[in-house]
Order: sequence, then structure tokens, then C-alpha cells
Amino acid sequence: MKPAPFAYHDPRTLDDLVGILGQVENAKLLAGGQSLMPMLNMRYVIPDHVVDLNRIPELSHLAESDGLIEIGATVRQAALERSALIAARCPVMQEALGCVGHFQTRNRGTIGGSLSHLDPAAELPGIAALYDATLHVAGPRGRRDVAFADWGLSYMTPNLAPDEALIGLSLTPWREPHGAAFLEFARRHGDFAIVGVACLVALDGAGCVQRAAISLVGVDVKPVRLRAAEVAIAGVAPSAEVLAEVAAMARRLDCLSDTHVSAAYRQRLAATLTRRALALALARAGGGHDV
Amino acid sequence: MSEKRRISLTVNGKAVEREVETRTHLADFLRHEIGLTGTHVGCEHGVCGACTVLVDGAAVRSCLMLAVQADGAAVTTVEGLARPDGTLHPLQTAFWEHHGLQCGFCTPGMLTSLAAYLEAHPNADEPDIRRAISGNICRCTGYQNIVAAALDAARVMREGR
Ligand code: FES
Ligand code: FES
Repeated sequence: MKPAPFAYHDPRTLDDLVGILGQVENAKLLAGGQSLMPMLNMRYVIPDHVVDLNRIPELSHLAESDGLIEIGATVRQAALERSALIAARCPVMQEALGCVGHFQTRNRGTIGGSLSHLDPAAELPGIAALYDATLHVAGPRGRRDVAFADWGLSYMTPNLAPDEALIGLSLTPWREPHGAAFLEFARRHGDFAIVGVACLVALDGAGCVQRAAISLVGVDVKPVRLRAAEVAIAGVAPSAEVLAEVAAMARRLDCLSDTHVSAAYRQRLAATLTRRALALALARAGGGHDV
Repeated sequence: MSEKRRISLTVNGKAVEREVETRTHLADFLRHEIGLTGTHVGCEHGVCGACTVLVDGAAVRSCLMLAVQADGAAVTTVEGLARPDGTLHPLQTAFWEHHGLQCGFCTPGMLTSLAAYLEAHPNADEPDIRRAISGNICRCTGYQNIVAAALDAARVMREGR
């Protein structure tokens, strides 16, 4: 079991990458390889060209500029896990990363790879959804930005033409004091989530919800934002009833069913995990509330 | 005809230069080209952890990396854990003493993973160690003695600091 023959390209600059993408057909982009390499080894995919992104320094930046966190596509999951910037500005991403595979796979796996592979149950796309991330794409027709809401076209299909590459993303961290939480349920540690929930919540001076963001992975083919609940709880004082109401909205989501888990079970998990994650985020936001 | 490339890297401190098919993954390269069969290949799709090696100090699954991607890197395999004079790594001694292996198939991946993990987390406790080896499958031991060995090795490594 090993990959079928392919032509290997390892461009050193973004311009070279774009040049190659404009010329080759049936190519696969290789970032951390934690999803593509298994598919190559098992010959689920038989590309004529493999274009390795790992030797392009322009794709591995991680910095804050103009209030945005800019993350290059080949930044490793392990680097995000250790980053002081992410710890300070976006700790919920690190909480989610603790659930992504194992430390050995995080040493290779990249954020761009997770977002491009777009497994329905992958954790990092849920974080991108939570922050309404903007994704940066490059190709022979130039660069374009894609809002995360427009990123997933369908099952494991990002908004990316065959000759384009995801080169990075930007997140807007919340400036105001807030609480965050990520919780998931998986059958074994390191497995993809059956359902995962990420929450951000900021409270106003009176202890009411100023704004909230809630995203779920695993429930549908792509991450889902619970926008109706986010709107419903704005301006409201958190209470057990409010949490129950939000959980009920999560339970009404259309959910996938597969050979392991029924849609009804996913809906139950969505409700329970949403309630718990929101309660945890509220507690971390420091509100003196009754939940 | 499959495409080939010349690569140079160090494996367990020794410089090696070879011509490889670009589609060869690092585990096959180490086993078949370099002859280091300590790195085991269980699943070849990133699930079992038996193929774990250190690339520039980081534990990675060598079945999920192309050999050409290791061009210029420093690779350490299980054969490189003991000192050149044959003194075993504290983890190897502890696995021996605590009966941390039976058939030994998972052992190279356990040892390389834990060597990197304990280097970075010298005060790891039992839950930490269980999480660290959650991506390494053992079909024999039930993990209990592996965890005991790792905790003991962590203590020895701390004292040796
Ligand atoms: S052989 Fe590499 S993880 Fe199983
Ligand atoms: S000792 Fe046999 S698989 Fe672990």
C-alpha cells in the first residue's frame, strides 16, 4: 500500500505555486498530509501531480496586524497550540486543538489543510465559523477573499477552483472581555467529533449578554452557526431557562445520520453540548448569573 | 516510470544521501532504503502510531510524510534512542523493567512518542501520558504497564536533568 506515481512539485514561493497551479491538471495540494497522505497511501486519490506547500515560507506566518489575527495556511496545529498570540486572543482555538487528532498528527497537520479538507466533524472549521473568518485564496486569476459562510459548498467541498489554493485566513478576535468554550463528544479521544460546540459570549455591565457566537461541527456537512439563538439571547440576563431555550434551538437543527450515529442522537448531543458550552463560556465571562 | 529525487538528511545523527521515488513515504524509506526496520508499519494511514519517528525533534507519523519532505531534516528512529555506547534510553529501561511490551509491534512508536513528549513535559502525570499515547494502538499490553513504565522513565529523566 503506497501512493500511485505522481509528479512532485515543491515550490519555494507563492508566485511559483501559482505558476504551477496554472499549468497542472488533476493536482492535489499537500500541506500537513494528515488527511491526504492516508488517501494517497490507500489510493482513494490518484493525482497526477502533488504540489507540496511546505517549502513556501510566505504561507507559515502567524501574527496580529490591524486588529486581525493572520494565519498562514501551513501553520501547524501544534504551532497554534503553543502560540502566545492565540492563547491571548483566541484561547478557544487552543481548547479545540486539544481535541484534534493526537500530538503527533498536530505536529504535521495545518490549519489550511483542516479548512480545505473540510471534514464535517473537524474542529478547526468550527472555530473559523465562530469568528466569521475570512479565507485568502490565490490562483492564476489572482487573489480573492472568501467569507467562511461562503467557504463550504457541500460535503467536503470548499469554495476553491482546481487551480486555486487556500493561502491563509484572518480572524477578528473579540476586543471586549468575554468568555469562550469548546466542548465535543467523540467515541475516543482524538477521533473526529460526533458533535462539537464552540461558544463566545460577552456580558454588559448589568450582566446581560452583550453578544454571543455559537458554532457546531459534526451536525451537518459543514459547520453551523446558531444565529437565531445568538440573536435571541442578546440583551438577556443568563439563566437556566435561557440556556434551556438555546439548547432547544440546537436540538431543532437538521442533523446528519450515518452508520454510527442517528440524526436524533446528534440532535440530543447538540442540545446538551450547546447548553454546557454556553454555560461554561458564561462562567468564564465572569457573569454573576444563575445557570 | 516513477519520478525520483536525490535527498540528503541525517538519520540518527548519520548523514545519508539517497535517490528516492517521490511517492515513497518516510517509513518505507527508513525501512527499505536505510535498512532501519525498527520503525514499524501497522496501518499506513495514520491511525496506529507504530511508525512514529522524530523529525527535527517532533514526533510524527512517518507513513504520513513523503521521504522527499524530510530532505534536509534530522530524523531519529527508535534505533537512535539509545546512546552510541549502547546505554538504553530511560524509557527503554523502564519498558524492560515494567514489562511495557509483549509482541513489541507498537513499541517503537510508543518509545519515540513518549521520548518527545517527556522531553517537552517532564512533569507529565498519568492522565497526560494516557493522552500522549492515545494515538498509539497496542493490541497486547492493555496499556497499564506502558503507562507505569512511562511514569517511571519520567521520574528517572527528571532526576537525570
Ligand atoms: S503505520 Fe503510520 S500510523 Fe500506522
Ligand atoms: S506489545 Fe504487542 S502491540 Fe503493543
